[in-house]
Amino acid sequence: MEEIGLLMQGFGVVLQPQNLLLMVAGIVLGVIIGVLPGLGGANGIAILLPLTFAMPPVSAIIMLSCIYWGALFGGAITSILFNIPGEPWSVATTFDGYPMAQQGRAGEALTAAFTSSFVGALFAVILITFLAPLVAQFALRFGPPEFFAVMVLSFASFIGLSKGSPLKALAAMMAGFLLAAVGMDGVTGTLRMTYGSMELMRGIDFLVVVIGLFGLSEILVSIEEGLSFKGARAKLSMGIVLQTWKQLPKHWALALRSSVIGCWMGITPAGATPASFMSYGVARRTARDPESFGKGRIEGVIAPETAAHAAGTSALLPMLALGVPGSPTAAVLLGGLIMWGLQPGPMLFVEQKDFVWGLIASMYLGNVVGLIIVLACVPWFAAILRVPFSIIAAIILMVCAIGAYTVNTAEFDIVLMLIFGVIGYVMKKLDYPLAPLVLALVLGDRTEESFRQSLLLSQGSTGVFFQNWLCGGIMTLAIGIAGYPLISKAVGLFRRRELKPAQ
Amino acid sequence: MLLRRHLPALAAGLLAAPAVQAQRAWEPQRPVQLIVPAGTGGGADQMARIIQGIITRHSLMRQPMMVVNKPGGAGAEGFLEARNARANPHVLVITLSNLFTTPLSTGIPFSWRDLTPVAMLALDEFCLWVNAASPWTTLAEFVAASGTQRMRMGGTGSRQEDQIITVAIQRATGSTFTYVPFRGGGEVATQLVGNHIDCTVNNPIEAVTHWRSGTLRPLCVFDRTRLPGEGRITETMGWQDIPTAKEAGLDVEYLMLRGIFAAPGLTPPQLAFYSDLLGRVVATPEWRELMATGAFNTTMLAGEAFRAWLTEEEVRHRSLMQEAGFIGAGG
Repeated sequence: MEEIGLLMQGFGVVLQPQNLLLMVAGIVLGVIIGVLPGLGGANGIAILLPLTFAMPPVSAIIMLSCIYWGALFGGAITSILFNIPGEPWSVATTFDGYPMAQQGRAGEALTAAFTSSFVGALFAVILITFLAPLVAQFALRFGPPEFFAVMVLSFASFIGLSKGSPLKALAAMMAGFLLAAVGMDGVTGTLRMTYGSMELMRGIDFLVVVIGLFGLSEILVSIEEGLSFKGARAKLSMGIVLQTWKQLPKHWALALRSSVIGCWMGITPAGATPASFMSYGVARRTARDPESFGKGRIEGVIAPETAAHAAGTSALLPMLALGVPGSPTAAVLLGGLIMWGLQPGPMLFVEQKDFVWGLIASMYLGNVVGLIIVLACVPWFAAILRVPFSIIAAIILMVCAIGAYTVNTAEFDIVLMLIFGVIGYVMKKLDYPLAPLVLALVLGDRTEESFRQSLLLSQGSTGVFFQNWLCGGIMTLAIGIAGYPLISKAVGLFRRRELKPAQ
Repeated sequence: MLLRRHLPALAAGLLAAPAVQAQRAWEPQRPVQLIVPAGTGGGADQMARIIQGIITRHSLMRQPMMVVNKPGGAGAEGFLEARNARANPHVLVITLSNLFTTPLSTGIPFSWRDLTPVAMLALDEFCLWVNAASPWTTLAEFVAASGTQRMRMGGTGSRQEDQIITVAIQRATGSTFTYVPFRGGGEVATQLVGNHIDCTVNNPIEAVTHWRSGTLRPLCVFDRTRLPGEGRITETMGWQDIPTAKEAGLDVEYLMLRGIFAAPGLTPPQLAFYSDLLGRVVATPEWRELMATGAFNTTMLAGEAFRAWLTEEEVRHRSLMQEAGFIGAGG
């Protein structure tokens, strides 16, 4: 096969000592960037981009993409340890990862998160290696209606997941949509709900809200409970890695499904964040006892992490093959390509074979190196939990504030984060679920945009969402999934009624 | 303190690059902020980071340059920050055409007069693109077809340059287009490759790869003269072979400003420093390469000529946007 030969050439490029060194440096930087909330992969790469000017393009992309892999790995760490997602795509990891840490299983959760990230990435890289041209063709089929259908499917697979009152979940979701609508309306080019405020013009950033809602409110709750921190008895040996690995193979089906979801969302390109939510939703729906999710199930960590990393990796494919970034980080890398004098798009694979295959080879090696580095650090990460919480809480608070500031370099965002910290605390006390709000906030913008774009294209006819088998199929699936709880309930009621007269 | 801090730097400067560092009446004392009134990854952002990279690589400035993205309110956030930094010589802003369009469409009151114009670095060109599988091979055929079917035009953003060109085309042809806004130029080009829209007015750099791979076809360029260029991009055509809109019978012209402005209230020596700096930037081979790959119009203006150009463009944008009904409350 031609691909294997090219890949081997790529490995030849990557294995040059200076490239290997840049790879390790990139991964370590990426993990740090991923750990700090707010300083996302996109920001980190943008900051370091000018430094790569003096390097050959292959070395530059190896280092920058390794920062990206590192950030994908690193995002999970604070989500699991402190319920603060370091990156948007690790929000879903907090749902089960944090309860696991509270039960003293932080090492297990971290190992599962890192390993499944690796599995997801590997799946995506293999897909890129052998099916890149085919996959790029598939991505071209996605116009606004198809994109909207995918978004509806994300919501559908997540709906009805929250415990407790469905009305409260709905209220939280609507609040999320409302927050997503603040700022610039991309379709008409006018400002919405900014009330003349300069600060609201940039919109309400998802990360700022998440840092407040999850991180800050968690600290408030802990303070109320007298600063006791339940994760203190975390095991600190490397043995935990091997123990966790022993139980991972039985989740192969889950990992495979999450990888497929991740790749699909990465290529579409919808990105890693919806992929992680959708994968978590599907894992919970298909589980035999969905009630136990959110209380520390290892599947609840595996599903979102596998999907996020698969999506994050496959998001590079549309960037390379079509010139369309599949994620904000990919958008910055795209800028980098142009600066290095490379033209992203269909001709890149033909004309810059060294570059493309060097990058693909670095995806394999970079993820292996990344996995080794982060796994070796698991005991250290878990050891953070042994520090008294009264000290850790102050540090977390500071890191949160810095993180919120870095998202847009705006002081106002720190205030916003504090406000959302209090809102998050109140919502927890009143039993309003946070996840639907976050989901609507992160996907609301793109969903609304693609809906309106579709209607512009069709001049107002909603038939556009069923115009071909692709978006029609996805829409039907979404409606089916969303309606399933209702249907099953109705069928249940019907059966009971039928049974009653017989009694 | 000041002396101690400056002596080593001065000595190093004199030893390393006496020609570059000599005879400057003023130079930055702190890191210089280059504000990008748009998100990461877009055309303005790329250009800002290239400038930053060139300055670093050729050591054109002793203080570092930092690129900061302020995309809020279609860039208003970035422009207002520069405006509010009155007399601060360490704040620059790179502009795109939202310098004219944002105040009109959002009603946020600011204009280029609130800033200190430093220099126009280049003008970005626009071409009309269709899918290579479409039946239209010339602009005339396309215009004729637009009279019988409603063309779906994709573009970047709303009430910005792409939509303004669309409005100008509508005015010139009398046909109605359906304008669909997307997030970025790359996305727009891919939507056209996927046949989800009928045409775009992408910048050359956004669509060139699809042209070369044979999936897109340019019909005209919206400039007074043909694009500069030698050699071929595809097997049969180069940039210079694309007809202008006017020679193909459509009187539409639009170029987008890529310029650098500073905070208001700069002193003449400060302004001179930045003009000189940008002059050095555009003389580097990296810059020339970018201009060639992106088929930019390399007109450079500064001083009075730049101000005159800005005045004229501001009037033109107002009239185009007024006609299209894009003027927001208070604008």
